[in-house]
Amino acid sequence: MTFQLKVNGQTHEVDVEHDAPLLWVLRDELGLTGTKFGCGISACGACTVHVNGEAIRSCVTAVGTVVGADITTIEGLSAKGLTPVQQAWIDHQVPQCGYCQSGMIMAISALLAKNPSPTDNELAESITNICRCGTYPRIRNAVHSLAKA
Amino acid sequence: MPSRRMIILGGLGTAGALVVGYALWPSHRLERADKLDAKSGERFVANWIKISPDNSVTVVVPHCDMGTGIFTALPQMAAEELDADWSTVKVEAAPPDTLFANGALAEGFILTGRHMTADQLPAFLRGTVANTFRTIAGFMNLQVTGGSSAVRATGVYGMRVAGAAAREMLVKAAAARWNVSTNECTTKSNHVLHAASGRSLGYGELAAEAATYSPSSTPTLKPKSAYTLVGKPIPRVDIPKKVDGTTNYGLDVKVPGMSYAAIKISPVFGGKLKAVSVGDVLKMRGVQKIVQLEDAVVVVADRFWRARDAVAALNPMFDNGANGGVTSAQITARRTAALKGSDLKSDLKTGSGADALSGGRIVEATYQVPYLSHAPMEPMNATALYADGKLEVWSGTQDGLGARAQCAKTAKLDMANVTYHLMPMGGGFGRRLPGFFNFLDYAVQTAMAMPGTPVKLLFTREEDMQHDYYRPNVMSRFRAALDAKGMPVAWTNDYTTDGGADEQAHIDYGIPNQDVRYAKVPTHVPTGPWRSVEASWHGFFIESFVDELAHAANMDPVAYRLQLLDEKPRHAEVIRQAAARAGWGTPMPNGKARGIAMFESFETIVAHVVEIEVAPDGTLKVDRVVSAVDCGSAVNPDGLKAQIEGGIIYGLSAALFGEITIDKGAVMQQSFPDYDVVRLAQCPQIEVHIVESGAALGGAGEPGTPPIAPAVANAIFAATGIRVRELPLKNASLAAARPQSARL
Repeated sequence: MTFQLKVNGQTHEVDVEHDAPLLWVLRDELGLTGTKFGCGISACGACTVHVNGEAIRSCVTAVGTVVGADITTIEGLSAKGLTPVQQAWIDHQVPQCGYCQSGMIMAISALLAKNPSPTDNELAESITNICRCGTYPRIRNAVHSLAKA
Repeated sequence: MPSRRMIILGGLGTAGALVVGYALWPSHRLERADKLDAKSGERFVANWIKISPDNSVTVVVPHCDMGTGIFTALPQMAAEELDADWSTVKVEAAPPDTLFANGALAEGFILTGRHMTADQLPAFLRGTVANTFRTIAGFMNLQVTGGSSAVRATGVYGMRVAGAAAREMLVKAAAARWNVSTNECTTKSNHVLHAASGRSLGYGELAAEAATYSPSSTPTLKPKSAYTLVGKPIPRVDIPKKVDGTTNYGLDVKVPGMSYAAIKISPVFGGKLKAVSVGDVLKMRGVQKIVQLEDAVVVVADRFWRARDAVAALNPMFDNGANGGVTSAQITARRTAALKGSDLKSDLKTGSGADALSGGRIVEATYQVPYLSHAPMEPMNATALYADGKLEVWSGTQDGLGARAQCAKTAKLDMANVTYHLMPMGGGFGRRLPGFFNFLDYAVQTAMAMPGTPVKLLFTREEDMQHDYYRPNVMSRFRAALDAKGMPVAWTNDYTTDGGADEQAHIDYGIPNQDVRYAKVPTHVPTGPWRSVEASWHGFFIESFVDELAHAANMDPVAYRLQLLDEKPRHAEVIRQAAARAGWGTPMPNGKARGIAMFESFETIVAHVVEIEVAPDGTLKVDRVVSAVDCGSAVNPDGLKAQIEGGIIYGLSAALFGEITIDKGAVMQQSFPDYDVVRLAQCPQIEVHIVESGAALGGAGEPGTPPIAPAVANAIFAATGIRVRELPLKNASLAAARPQSARL
């Protein structure tokens, strides 16, 4: 089947199955490899993208369910230069291996759009993404610095 | 006989000329280096340093990036000695070539251990010889990143010396051009200066002439007081590309015409593929080929999800061999029996050893830790193209050169016909060290079944977790005898091991009579180095048992340890710093308590004081970790702190949740739901305090991990009176706890 996908403001036509995972369509069909594969079962958050501004886990999102929606990936987030969240990630030297950080930044950007100054508890409840390098303390610091800014 | 650690340092540290000799390329290799990696207009001046005509400096790092910051710390060390302007310094990864074999590690072993065997290697390198060769010849193909060794080996013996030697060559070139003495010349910001005449020349202008001089094997190194770059928290060079999604990991490799492969490996380790019921799978959309390997079946398709779905639709039959019935309970029973048996070998004996047990009050305890998976965020993967007798491979590994050699071996090709592209890694933690390259073998074999087609083979998370090389399951039994004051006069420890004796079983505490023995209990479960390797288990065992001794003596655990560290002032100071910063000894509310642990690994001493809370229903929460770390001196203090933070959280995930269990010969866990890890909700507040002792540099990537599990377990005891002797803590019943009035 062909689907029209609106990704980062551009419309792409893809010929895939209705239930093809958005993650792999973004990566393998559209070449947008900034979004990562971590578990494939929505458990780790490495594949987080925005659909109509909401953070979703693209590895379990069927392409057929997001036709017509505004899909934003880390590439789209960065299209006009670094966002304050990304800049805070540099200022606080957050990433280590960096692999989870696309998903982490997408998830936190969506949260901050609704709640610009989350407490540690609110952050922990909303952001369940996994980072195996252990960058969580710096993530907290970076988020709190944005709240103060 | 000196310990292995002494051999390494001896080889590197005491034979100055030899050390410096291998840190620098001989001239005939300089020429080769130019051909191999120098771009137009560049010339190598010394190994790992390139200077281009535009006066920029490039530091070639003979390691791979797995997020530990060495692509910043190592160039910092080179640029410091070179007097380079940091804003002009570029950083590149060395290609996987024998020219860039990181000799500070590999040749150190070769020089000092002609008759070395696999069992004598540091634990993180044992995989380099496992299963293939039993001699050190393989080190010619070692370009490894592991063992927390980059800064303390490559940095100290390579980067610093190379930078200083390069600087001297540039000064000689300038002095010759000006016809002045080198003594009259100084260097600053990529320039040689002649103050008397006010002249200056940029390094770029001098590079070609400088290369005609032989590098000194003993260049003058800067005193620490003159440092302007080393010791500064310079921002990491790799981070900007890690916040906008542009870092290309192995998973992200794009090769024109590429297909994708998914694999189903025999769930039972050592099993063989018997038959595959193909059915209609070849008719599924996008499926191109089914490849049957010795112990696995692979589906190649035009897209990954199609390959994944197709391999799941296959019904492969495996011959499980002798291991199809093995369970974790059986393995534990074997370890228990081994420790009770008579086949224990002596690891260390001091004083009168176990005989001294008769002279005091006996304290005894047995501990156990489970198998652990590495579970880096990027699952194992490799992309391979076989065409016209040549092989090209793209993958993230902790040893690009070793990976290239392994690919050549699997493909039965000469190394010259194998190109290997070393990609950044989404986490390493030991999983991607040489000896543990099953993903490369499968990718290469799949590519060779499809000549001319590049194939990206990717493990699903489930395959990644079930076909890891696990942190061993280990059991350890202690007996100690305490004197009338409660201090230990005898310390005996029997532990199980998959291989040989563990250096990390040797304690830093001053106890006069020690007897340490080990029992080999090999199993069919493949094991390998996991962040901090054997320190990850001996740290938990030793620091828990010392804590038990302190409580048996009715003494404060900090004071008790300090009494045993009279001859180890650095260790004592680290404990004092952590305790002071954490407010050790100040009252805590009911249900809350502190615990301490200190452990040295990879030449770095770390103490953690943790604050925990155990709710009446037994729910454990780790609130705060205050850490003190002495790695001699911090090259990049912020990078060091990040590594200690990461080491704590990696170790805390294992302490709280980590457990790989075996049933019917196979791993039971599949993914993060049943192999849970710390997330933001479980992450404590962490403070890291650096203790600058000025001692020889130690590692950073691993030493934060070993003390966290015992610090938490010790805090649980302080809070509840329950001594947890088996990890993970999620299996411990703390609900029966009667919160005590905490006195720590």
